[in-house]
Amino acid sequence: MWSGMYWGHRPMRNFLTYLTGVIFGTGIALSGMINPAKVLNFFDVAGSWDPSLAFVMGGAVGVAFIGYRLVLKRPAPVFEPAFDVPQNRKLDMRLILGAGVFGIGWGIAGFCPGGALPALGTADVRVILFVVALIAGILCTRKVLAATANT
Amino acid sequence: METTFTPVLSLIGGGLIGLAAVLLMLLRGKILGATGILAGALRPASRNDFVWRALMLAGMISGPWVYFSVFGGLPAIEVPVSTGYLLLGGFVVGIGVTLASGCTSGHGVCGMARLSPRSFVATGTFMLTTGITVYVVRHVLGA
Repeated sequence: MWSGMYWGHRPMRNFLTYLTGVIFGTGIALSGMINPAKVLNFFDVAGSWDPSLAFVMGGAVGVAFIGYRLVLKRPAPVFEPAFDVPQNRKLDMRLILGAGVFGIGWGIAGFCPGGALPALGTADVRVILFVVALIAGILCTRKVLAATANT
Repeated sequence: METTFTPVLSLIGGGLIGLAAVLLMLLRGKILGATGILAGALRPASRNDFVWRALMLAGMISGPWVYFSVFGGLPAIEVPVSTGYLLLGGFVVGIGVTLASGCTSGHGVCGMARLSPRSFVATGTFMLTTGITVYVVRHVLGA
């Protein structure tokens, strides 16, 4: 029964997945997360401080916290056989180092991936440059991780 | 560069970000992390895996145009840093999110909403280093 559910309705499944992306992108645009000047100002308490980002995080985490509780009561998602949720609970150096490095990059450029990807829709050349550099960083790190894992 | 404090728009926008995270879990059973979606699309596990990621990315880039249809103009994108900083920042973000397996959306929103200890530690760490970096860049280096 479930297999019929998730392998059927492909146009509806694809449309609703696209719509989910639209809602995310609209939220990023509306909230100001799309604007590096606004994001950097959240962190510039000693200068031109703009506390808007706290409201973005509050709204997003609040809605997701309640929504996840309802959704994860289901035996499975609507269009897939099972939920695919990270089970790793280990606090390791790679996580802390990675998060620390991410923050340094975010503080330098003002874009995070969730802000920059929707911003690509405007075809702004600065956004394209950031995303190209982002992808280069992802691919280089993967190469290094793969190389060190093999030794 | 001054920006306007927008508590209402930011709260509504944040709510939409949370709603999208809940919908992706309900429909596809996935965490809505921009890093994970992009990184996975660069090396998809299967055709189905590529399709949902591509649809999410296509939806995301439509977001500014929904904004356009409501407000009659694209959302402001003001970059107060040089092209060099933009490229350096992008590359460094790429390193960090790959090591940390997530960014503001995956850890900061989805992970915290799931009460994941990893995501709380990641979010606390990057908020701290972002704050320190902005302080150093703006008030020590004066860039």
